[in-house]
Amino acid sequence: MTDFISAGLDSGTSDPAVMLRGVTKVYDSGVMALGPLDLTVKRGEFVSLLGPSGCGKSTALRLIAGLAQPTVGHVELAESTAALGRRIGFVFQEPTLMPWTSVRDNVGLPLKLAHVAAAAARPRIETALAQVGLADFAGLFPRQLSGGMRMRVSLARALVTNPDILLMDEPFAALDEITRFRLNNDLLDLWRALRMTVIFVTHSVFESVYLSERVLVMTARPGRLSAEIRIDTGAPRDDAFRASPAYAGYCRTVSDALAPAYSGASAL
Amino acid sequence: MSGPAPQQRRTAAAKRGLGLLLPVIVAAAGILVWDLAVRLNDIPPYVLPGPFLVLRTLIGDWGVLSDSLLTTLITTLEGFVAAALGGIALALLFNQSKWLNAALFPYAVVLQVTPVIAIAPLLLIYLPQQTAVVVCAWIVGFFPVLSNTALGLNSVDRNLAGLFQLYDASRWQTLRYLQMPAALPFILGGLRIAGGLSLIGAVVAEIAAGSAGAGSGLAYRIAESGYRLNIPRMFAALLLLSVAGIVIYGVLALISHLVLRRWHESALGKDT
Repeated sequence: MTDFISAGLDSGTSDPAVMLRGVTKVYDSGVMALGPLDLTVKRGEFVSLLGPSGCGKSTALRLIAGLAQPTVGHVELAESTAALGRRIGFVFQEPTLMPWTSVRDNVGLPLKLAHVAAAAARPRIETALAQVGLADFAGLFPRQLSGGMRMRVSLARALVTNPDILLMDEPFAALDEITRFRLNNDLLDLWRALRMTVIFVTHSVFESVYLSERVLVMTARPGRLSAEIRIDTGAPRDDAFRASPAYAGYCRTVSDALAPAYSGASAL
Repeated sequence: MSGPAPQQRRTAAAKRGLGLLLPVIVAAAGILVWDLAVRLNDIPPYVLPGPFLVLRTLIGDWGVLSDSLLTTLITTLEGFVAAALGGIALALLFNQSKWLNAALFPYAVVLQVTPVIAIAPLLLIYLPQQTAVVVCAWIVGFFPVLSNTALGLNSVDRNLAGLFQLYDASRWQTLRYLQMPAALPFILGGLRIAGGLSLIGAVVAEIAAGSAGAGSGLAYRIAESGYRLNIPRMFAALLLLSVAGIVIYGVLALISHLVLRRWHESALGKDT
């Protein structure tokens, strides 16, 4: 084990929101997808999981969400402070909306599943839609929206339960660059306003550096942590930061840390 | 975005018009050839009646034929409703219990692959005639509903299913809010097939029952007219059966379109 990993552990011990201990995932097919992985994320922290395709970073996210169970090791989440008891919001790579119903009903789904009465759900849905800038689009159907707007609906649905932890699985990968930049900025605003813990899976070096306080670099499959880079910039994250030498420097550092994951996997 | 240029729109309208016109032209040409063949060769009506004789018979015998049409349509409707309810209910049961599915699905297939024409005489022995006819319509119609519904219930987006799991959705909630809506286009497709098949089932059973006596549906009229060499009436009854089949299909297609038009690809225009 390298120093990077123990550093990754130390940085979160003060007030952990998510802890993975020796987590390994082996698929039914016998393929070892992940691990062993140790990971701690502090409450309120914005962390990116960065790695090549197929390194198991999405699997790690599904394990944290409880959508899959680790083969070995365990996942611990801090006690929830959310009023509804729903501590996790999940945003998939695809918008993953129900095409047969309106934006309003899509966003309200988690409340409906928690048996929240329609009258009580309504203002919360409106708040969530306003947070992502879609207050005027509640009555439309998903197919009537652009790709970026659909992703915003997906984000509003994740926010509607006021989660402590927001898990995002390459949410903006399919969007054009301008839309992606805009969503990045909006996501940062929401994170600062709502004080959530965000774990953001991406394969984009630039995105991970722009968004996170900490970038965790993963190896090729089976994914383990290979490096941790803190993005300790006092500067606000905005277009000026994107153009700054500091940003370029971080991107270089992260790229260098990521490079072995690609050189080791000749098949990719 | 502005709409298509007027010229493009005209071309599109012309294409649509041609699409409607072509079958009509083919029908007119067919009737003309039929009529000429009968006239020029002096074919007697008990071998092949001309189209206008068939039409005259249809009008002249309307009293008898319309009663028979109604009988056949009611049988078809009963069989169709039974097939729809039975198919959907069975698919839901199979979806909830894989043991039930494993135990019973093979027999659903057996019922489907055994030709109904071979089952009908047996049913007529054991059941009252009207019940037997409806059961035949049901046997042919229920399988497409069952298999399409089962397929639809299992065709749920994997991530959406994960989302329901994440929010601790109950089985019932997953069925009600996720699986049923996702299966709806499949169910409607199954119903569309079942509509036509129910008519076939009803006709097959009526023909099988025909020799046994008390029937009065359109298929019975066809068999009866055959025995009496009343060939024009045979043709008239056949024409009514075809039209009934087309109308059933059209109505079900329209319902499917109306139900799905707000969201499903099959009901959306190319540009939306």
